[in-house]
Amino acid sequence: MSAVHGDLLRVFGGILAILTLASAVGFVLKRRLSPDGGNATVDNLNDRIRAWWVMAIVLSVALLGGRLGVVLLFALGSFAALREFMTLTNATRADHATLVAVFFVALPVQFWLIWIDWYGFYSIFIPVYVFLFLPILSALAGTTRNFLVRVAEMQWALMVCVFCLSHVPALMDLAIPGYEGRGVLLIAFLVIVVQLSDVLQYVWGKLAGRRKIAPNLSPSKTVEGFLGGVASASLIGAGLWWMTPFSPLQAGAMSLLVTVMGFLGGLVMSAIKRDRGIKDWGHLIAGHGGFLDRLDSVIFAAPLFFHVTRYFWTV
Amino acid sequence: MGGAAFNDTFAGRAAARFVAFAVTAFARLVTAAQPDWRDVDPTSTAQRIYYANHVSHGDFVLVWSVLPQRLRERTRPVAGADYWTGSALRRFVGTAVFRSVLIERTPRAGGADPIGQMAEALDAGASLLLFPEGTRNLGDEPLLPFKTGLARLAIARPEVDVVPVWIDNLNRVLPKGTMVPVPLMCRVTFGAPVRIDAGESVPAFLARARDALLALRPRPEAP
Repeated sequence: MSAVHGDLLRVFGGILAILTLASAVGFVLKRRLSPDGGNATVDNLNDRIRAWWVMAIVLSVALLGGRLGVVLLFALGSFAALREFMTLTNATRADHATLVAVFFVALPVQFWLIWIDWYGFYSIFIPVYVFLFLPILSALAGTTRNFLVRVAEMQWALMVCVFCLSHVPALMDLAIPGYEGRGVLLIAFLVIVVQLSDVLQYVWGKLAGRRKIAPNLSPSKTVEGFLGGVASASLIGAGLWWMTPFSPLQAGAMSLLVTVMGFLGGLVMSAIKRDRGIKDWGHLIAGHGGFLDRLDSVIFAAPLFFHVTRYFWTV
Repeated sequence: MGGAAFNDTFAGRAAARFVAFAVTAFARLVTAAQPDWRDVDPTSTAQRIYYANHVSHGDFVLVWSVLPQRLRERTRPVAGADYWTGSALRRFVGTAVFRSVLIERTPRAGGADPIGQMAEALDAGASLLLFPEGTRNLGDEPLLPFKTGLARLAIARPEVDVVPVWIDNLNRVLPKGTMVPVPLMCRVTFGAPVRIDAGESVPAFLARARDALLALRPRPEAP
C-alpha cells in the first residue's frame, strides 16, 4: 500500500469515527426529544447526518478512484449545481441554444481541461472564451428583452458552478516538491476543513448563538456560530497538517483562509436565494437542500486555496 | 398495421414496460422533477381526474414520473388520436407504453364520443390525466382557454375528484422547435381536489377549475 493510501485510510477512519459519533448523538436526541417525529430540528439533524454518510462515502470512493474518480465526481457535482442555478435565472426560450452549449460543451470542456492538466487554458477558458461566445450565441437568437440580465446571470452561474468548483480537482495536479502523487489528500484537506467549518458553525450557532451576524441575508447565522466554527475548524485544520505540504502553523492559516472564504461564500449565495424568494437551491440532498447549499462554501474557498498554494508551494 | 399486433405480444408488453421505465428515468435525470402535494393525499389510491397545463410534449411523462408507483400504474393520459395513431412508433408509445385514452379532438359525425370514452376508462378503474387547454400553450399567457371536456366529464362522473396539476418550468427545458432538452429543475404541484356542484354550469365549473390550477403557480412567470 502506498503512503497516500495509508494517509487516505487514516482520513476515512477519522470521518467514520465522527459520523458514528454524530449518528449516536442523533439517535439519543431522537429518543429523548422527538420519539414520534415531533421535533423538526432533531429530525432535520438526523436527515443531515444520514446525507453526510452518503456524501462521505461518495467522496471516499472518488478519492480512492484517483484522478478519474475525482474529476468525474466534481464534474457531476458541477452539473447538478449549474442545473440548480440556471433554474433560477431569467434565461428564456431564446437562450435555449446558449444553455445547450453551456451544459453540454462548456462544462465538459472545462473538466476535460482539468483532466489533461492544461493550466494555461482551464484558467481562462470560462472567464475569457465563454464570456465572449455566450452572449454572441444569445444575441444571435435575436431576443433583446432582459438581454444583459440573462447573459450576466448565465455567465455568473458558470463562474460559480463550473469555473470555481473545477479548482478542487485541479488541486491534484499542483507540482509541489516532496508532495508528488499526494494531490488527492490536498482535496480531502480542503473539503474536510470547509465542510467541518460549516458543521461547527451550525453546532456553535445552535448551542451558543445569540447575535445575528447578517440578519438580512441569513437569519440562521450568528456571530457566535461564525467565530466558534471558524476557530475550531481552523484548529482542526492545523492538526491535519500531516496530510498537506504545509507546516502546522501554515495549515492553520490556510484553514482560516478557506473557512472565512467559505462563510462569506455562504452569505453571497444566501443573498441570491433571498432575492429569488427561495430557502434552498434544490431538494436532492435530504436535510441540506440542494447541491449548491452544500457546495457554496467550497466554491468560494477553492480558487483562493488553489492559487495561494500554487504561488507559495509549487516550483 | 403490424404495430397493434406487436403491442399485444409478450415482447411488445415487455418493450413497453422497458420504454416506460427509460423515459421516466430520463425525465428525472434531466429535470430532477419534484412533486409537491398540496392539500391532496399522495398515498390515497382514490380514483382521480388530474388536469394539467400543457406546455411541452414531455408533460405527461413528467407527471407520470413523479406519481408514486401505485398511482402511476392506474393513471392514463387522454391524448389526441390524430397524433398518436400517426405512425407505428407513436401507436406503440401512445397505447402500449402510456396506455393513453385516445380521443378525437375535432368531433365528426359518427365518430366516437370522447366523454363516453373517458367515462368508460374511469368505470374500468383508471385515473385520467387531461390537458383541458386541448393543445400546447406556446405563448406568454399562463393558460389558454379550457375546452369543455373536463366539465362535461365531471358532470358525467361527479363522484370522482378533479385534481389540478401545475407543471412548472418544462417549457424552458424543451421549448417549441428544439430537440435537445436542457437540464433545468421542474416541479409538479398537485392541488386540492375540486368537485362539481349539483347544477353547476359548464362555464362556472371551468372557471373554478382554471383558478384552482393558476393558484398553484409557484411564482409569476419570468418575463
